[in-house]
Amino acid sequence: MAVSVDEAVSTVPARDRPRPTRRLGGRGRSLVEVALLTVLAVLMLFPVLWMIETSIKENRDVYAVPAEFFGFTVTMEHFKDVFVGPDGGRSALSVAFLNSAVVAGVSTLLATVLGVPAAWAYSRFAVKARKDQLFFILSTRFMPPVVVVIPIFLMYRQVGLIDSKLGLILIYTAFNVPFTIWMMKGFVDEVPAEYEDAAMLDGYTRLQAFRRFTLPLLVPGIAATAVFALIFSWNEFVFAIFLTSSDSVRTAPPAIAGLIGGTTTDWGLVAAASVVFALPVLVFAYLVRKHLVAGVTLGAVRR
Amino acid sequence: MGTVAAHGLCKSFGKVQALDGVTLDVPDGSFFVVLGPSGAGKTTTLRAIAGLEKLDAGSVHLDGRDATGDAPAARDLAMVFQNYALYPRHTAYENIASPLRARRRSSSEIAAAVERMSNLLHIDRLLQRRPAQLSGGEMQRVALARALVRSPRAFLMDEPLTNLDLKLRVEMRTELTRIHRSLGATFVYVTNDQVEALSMADQVAVLKEGTVQQVGTPTEVYERPANRWVAGFVGSPPISLLACRAEGDRLVGAQGWTLPRPRWSTAENGRELLLGLRAEDLSVEQRGNTSLSGELYGLEPLGDRTVVDVRVGTEMLKVKARPTVAGTPGERLHVTVDLDRAHLFDADTGLSLSRAGR
Ligand SMILES: Nc1ncnc2c1ncn2[C@@H]1O[C@H](COP(=O)(O)OP(=O)(O)O)[C@@H](O)[C@H]1O
Ligand SMILES: [Mg+2]
Repeated sequence: MAVSVDEAVSTVPARDRPRPTRRLGGRGRSLVEVALLTVLAVLMLFPVLWMIETSIKENRDVYAVPAEFFGFTVTMEHFKDVFVGPDGGRSALSVAFLNSAVVAGVSTLLATVLGVPAAWAYSRFAVKARKDQLFFILSTRFMPPVVVVIPIFLMYRQVGLIDSKLGLILIYTAFNVPFTIWMMKGFVDEVPAEYEDAAMLDGYTRLQAFRRFTLPLLVPGIAATAVFALIFSWNEFVFAIFLTSSDSVRTAPPAIAGLIGGTTTDWGLVAAASVVFALPVLVFAYLVRKHLVAGVTLGAVRR
Repeated sequence: MGTVAAHGLCKSFGKVQALDGVTLDVPDGSFFVVLGPSGAGKTTTLRAIAGLEKLDAGSVHLDGRDATGDAPAARDLAMVFQNYALYPRHTAYENIASPLRARRRSSSEIAAAVERMSNLLHIDRLLQRRPAQLSGGEMQRVALARALVRSPRAFLMDEPLTNLDLKLRVEMRTELTRIHRSLGATFVYVTNDQVEALSMADQVAVLKEGTVQQVGTPTEVYERPANRWVAGFVGSPPISLLACRAEGDRLVGAQGWTLPRPRWSTAENGRELLLGLRAEDLSVEQRGNTSLSGELYGLEPLGDRTVVDVRVGTEMLKVKARPTVAGTPGERLHVTVDLDRAHLFDADTGLSLSRAGR
């Protein structure tokens, strides 16, 4: 669906706009549709449901055969264990979550602060060999993390960035900046350059014109882009497990993975930690969902 | 003060040469119109003067001072954009106030200025609306108000009336002329509408494919077009051009007609020429001996007059006639020519051969 900038950034709340009429003429979905969707939903949601159930079951119920779907004793012990250590202090997992929040938050912020102005510049100015530059920027994303992790590991060891939050922040920023530039350039292209031209004739400098008149129109795009960058950094596993080792630096993905293995695995704790891990992204995406939908459809439609 | 001098402006976009040595000298306080068809480079010229376009060559002097490299904000110009470029998130009030806010004027001063502008342009009721809630004509007036709210060195206007319906366009034409007179400011006004150019301008520059064809008063451009292209572009209905040759004291048409050669023409014998005849200098009533014979091709009644299309051989003449004129297609008739008002052009170069100062 094509969405114009004015539509996407209009002040009218999304829910007030007329919804597209359903193909089946308002009589709801047919029986076949409902059946197929149910099957799909069960298949897709079962692991999530099982994770949530496991996180609130007592350990003996986790191993019960046949498995109990209902009627087990509900406990919040596992969630307490996620945050509180055996000695009553902070648990290693809670430190990992904090690390994840810092690393994902700062790297997303950096990528946005660097990427948005760069995207604006690539969109607005006659940069020499613009296409080649943009392709080069994109090419840094051609290789998956696992391919480059060994060289990065060696370089980080040389410069002393190994096992540090700064190291993770830098590598995540480096991965998110190209993505931010590419996605944001699409959004900037959609905003007519003439608003800035008019502002400059009004007496503003170019940067003021950008900040006051273009930037506010880019907010949906920035929100969408930042959510994607945040999800990448929050979920990232390969760099995190190779480049960090101590509990005080580790982020949540390797920390949760570290719970599995050894002689016994506390599945309740793993499930509870996974629920806690999944929540922030869900909540964040929900909060910016309006911008996200506008942003994603906008970015997808290229003139 | 507000003189604008653009000299030798050149600008290309990839393979397109948008401006190819455009030179304009706009005197202080004049209503200077740049007239040309779509794609002639009018917008690019204005943007170059405003400092929004980096030039390949050429200079811009404002009030005699070289401003070629200056930032737009430093040039003290105001511009009305072809598609208005109103800030979508701002109300009409904030749009109009923007140039004053950029200059950190007090809010009481801003309120007074916006009110003055909204009275002048009859948009008082619209001030709290956003651009999306305004009609084309209303947006256009808000855009004008945003430009007129301060007193810059000069106003640049890019086809501000093109998107309006005819009635509003005619009204705004008068209104703009009145505003120009009351402000005494310099206007550089771009349009593709020759009626607008002829009715509003002190001076007209006719632009085609990035080159200036002619600069002059509306009368000069209409009465003494510099070349066949200007003659064809300015004037409605368009001038009729007939191929002919000079032979002694006669003009011999390619379609077999002969006319006495105008005394003022300078062409040597045998030269291929184009005889340019405006509709109002032709008549279907027979008087004198300077006439062409042809057959009636069609009638275009326009209310106050009727344009008669007459076919002479394979060429077409447009003749202005009284609205009561009647006839049937195919009927033979004679067209009287006012040779003193005719134009001659070189068929190869297209340049006018009419004596200057005629
Ligand atoms: N930003 C641009 N990129 C590429 N070509 C352009 C650009 N701006 C103008 N042109 C081209 O330059 C020529 C003159 O354009 P313009 O000044 O807008 O003409 P006008 O305003 O007289 O219609 C046109 O051929 C147009 O396609
Ligand atoms: Mg234009």
